Amino acid sequence: MPVLNDKIRTEVRKALQNMAGPVRLVVFTQSSDALECEMCAETRALVEEVAALSDKLSVEVHDFLDDKAVAAQYKVDKIPAIALVGAKDYGIRFYGIPSGYEFSSLMDDIVTVSKGESGLSAATKAAVARLAKPVHIQVYVTST
Amino acid sequence: MLAHRLAMESEWITADMVEATEFPHLANKYEVYGVPRTVINETIHVEGAAPEPMLVNELMKVLDE
Repeated sequence: MPVLNDKIRTEVRKALQNMAGPVRLVVFTQSSDALECEMCAETRALVEEVAALSDKLSVEVHDFLDDKAVAAQYKVDKIPAIALVGAKDYGIRFYGIPSGYEFSSLMDDIVTVSKGESGLSAATKAAVARLAKPVHIQVYVTST
Repeated sequence: MLAHRLAMESEWITADMVEATEFPHLANKYEVYGVPRTVINETIHVEGAAPEPMLVNELMKVLDE
């Protein structure tokens, strides 16, 4: 049973045509016989279906427990998790299934990452250039 | 998502979108009642969808930490 319907698939394919460079979707999940992660299988399926809609998208799937070292490398501490990696790892993560409104955020982010340009204002760029310590932003959302 | 764009702009910034219903212990920890709720370095909280200048203003408060 596919996660995306035909209409959404068409829209996604069109949106992804705006991609410039390649983007890797690195998914951290748990093997299908593990019961602890309710949305893991669906998140993996969603990411794989999206990636199939563009030659510039690829998916890497890692098991959170079996691939502990990779999870640590990506600083992933909970699952399901998706890291969006373009020319480099910018520190962009999605935790939980990106459905509903978050799905359009995922699409936007893929295209933005593919271009390697944040699109932020000059004032914002000047402000963040003053940072010299780690800043961790978490945005809590719901998909309903 | 604005926070993700900020992560692109600076080596220092990392940004997570977190689906609150899947991580109820975190939603409780950060007192998430309405969404979106943005948490910056654990202690700076922003309620609702903040426009770019406002989020940047809150973010720059980390310099006072």
